[in-house]
Amino acid sequence: MMEFDLNTMQQIGYIFSAILFIYGLKMLSNESSAARGNVVSSMGMLLAVLVTVIEIVNPVLVLSAMLLGALIGSAFALKVKMTSIPEMVALFNGFGGLSSFFLAWSEFNNLTGISLIMILSFLTVIIGGITFSGSVIAFFKLAEILKGDNNLLNKASRWFLIFSLLFVIIAVGQVIAGGLGYELIDLALIQKIFIALLIISLLAGLAFVLPIGGGDMPVVISLLNSFSGIAAASAGVLLTNTALIVAGCLVGASGLVLTLIMAKSMNRTLYNIFFVGYESSGSSAAEIDGEIKPISAEDAYLVVEAARSVLIVPGYGMAVAQAQHVVKELGDLLEENGCEVSYGIHPVAGRMPGHMNVLLAEANVSYDNLLEPKDINPTMETVDIAIVIGANDVVNPSATEEPGSPIYGMPILEVHRAKTAMVLKRSMASGFAGVQNPLFFKENSRMLFGDAKESISKLVAEFKD
Amino acid sequence: MEIILLLFFILILAIFLGLELISKIPSTLHTPLMSGANAISGITLVGALSLDTGSNLQMILAFSAITFASINVFGGYLVTNRMLRMFKKK
Repeated sequence: MMEFDLNTMQQIGYIFSAILFIYGLKMLSNESSAARGNVVSSMGMLLAVLVTVIEIVNPVLVLSAMLLGALIGSAFALKVKMTSIPEMVALFNGFGGLSSFFLAWSEFNNLTGISLIMILSFLTVIIGGITFSGSVIAFFKLAEILKGDNNLLNKASRWFLIFSLLFVIIAVGQVIAGGLGYELIDLALIQKIFIALLIISLLAGLAFVLPIGGGDMPVVISLLNSFSGIAAASAGVLLTNTALIVAGCLVGASGLVLTLIMAKSMNRTLYNIFFVGYESSGSSAAEIDGEIKPISAEDAYLVVEAARSVLIVPGYGMAVAQAQHVVKELGDLLEENGCEVSYGIHPVAGRMPGHMNVLLAEANVSYDNLLEPKDINPTMETVDIAIVIGANDVVNPSATEEPGSPIYGMPILEVHRAKTAMVLKRSMASGFAGVQNPLFFKENSRMLFGDAKESISKLVAEFKD
Repeated sequence: MEIILLLFFILILAIFLGLELISKIPSTLHTPLMSGANAISGITLVGALSLDTGSNLQMILAFSAITFASINVFGGYLVTNRMLRMFKKK
């Protein structure tokens, strides 16, 4: 017979909150229900917190900490610019990991004897610690405060990772030996090992992300997103809390799916992204024939004005220049001019999965105009002008034409097959991949140099005259 | 030990469920998905609420765990809401 005590109530509450989380994520699979899905998910969180909060021992501490977190979190959420969402997500991944890290640390302190449960607290601390410090580095890389191109440091980082792995294996071995009754291993020793583990896991996060290039940050933050969930799920097993397990696994799976999608869109393996990097992954591109044909804003206007169908391809350059609003204005003017306008969004354009979609949504572009490469490439020949705004690698034809290129095989937006490709670019510098882009030298390409926002504003001004 | 195995069973099922759910989400919504996942990972708040606060160290750990988890919960849901309300069809 089941008793209706507080604990049973909590468990029932957790079941309902799991249902709400799952349903909320399900509603996220459609643009029209996504916003409601987020509310449903937040109800799940509210329920889980409410059924837990009834039995807290230290209400002053708990409520003041929650209030502090709520204030900081809300300030972030309301202040952050849409172009800086990748940095914010990176930081929040880290906070999730850090919370699990503290959770496991505290639980470890409660253990009075050596047991296999300890391994779970080790695991949680490791994943949580790596997630936190790795995310902080990812944040600094996304904010372009940190470059990470010091080869010596990068090599040292890789060696440190190997050392950390060995240490973890030894630490777990000690717990198992102690748990089996080996008398040489006492609790005091395990406690010392644990303190070392706290530090090593934080350093391992630094060593993991430091050598990874800025262009690979979309994959890194997806993976760290997954880690933050796995850390929570692992903490859930440690605390025997089903809410943590289910919610943590959902986040872990989500980050994992995104990581794999990103890697596939770059045509690279995870090993190559995390441990090799672009520079050493292939021979340099062959000599490029042809010449660059710059175009002035006035001439560009004449070309665009005559077009019947235009494809706009945004990249990180649009985010940097904060050009999404003028891009939308240009799109509207083109439509008024009787032209068909669509937007080609590459999965890895920008600094995180779906980054471009959010910026264009902010500028009020209808989401059914945002198309993926597989929707556009088959009909690319019918596009009069493809306007590439601050994107580079995702429109590099080497990916389809040049088997020796490091990016060969990566799915791209094949704008070189459009009647004209107009590329807005600040300079001739190559993209993150460090690969020269033959698109710029093609017969049907025109280069409009300058800041993306200024260039488009000029086009818009010409239209209005 | 039996309970731990049961928990692992839940863990495995939840991972597969998560993979199924997430792979149906269109790439348009991947950014809000990630910030929404940030919010959900704030579930550690539930664990942190019942942490022991006996010693000073334990108090600091509990306070920090609750604060960081709350930042994720509030920040994550609010920013996701802000983003999703921008997604409109005309």
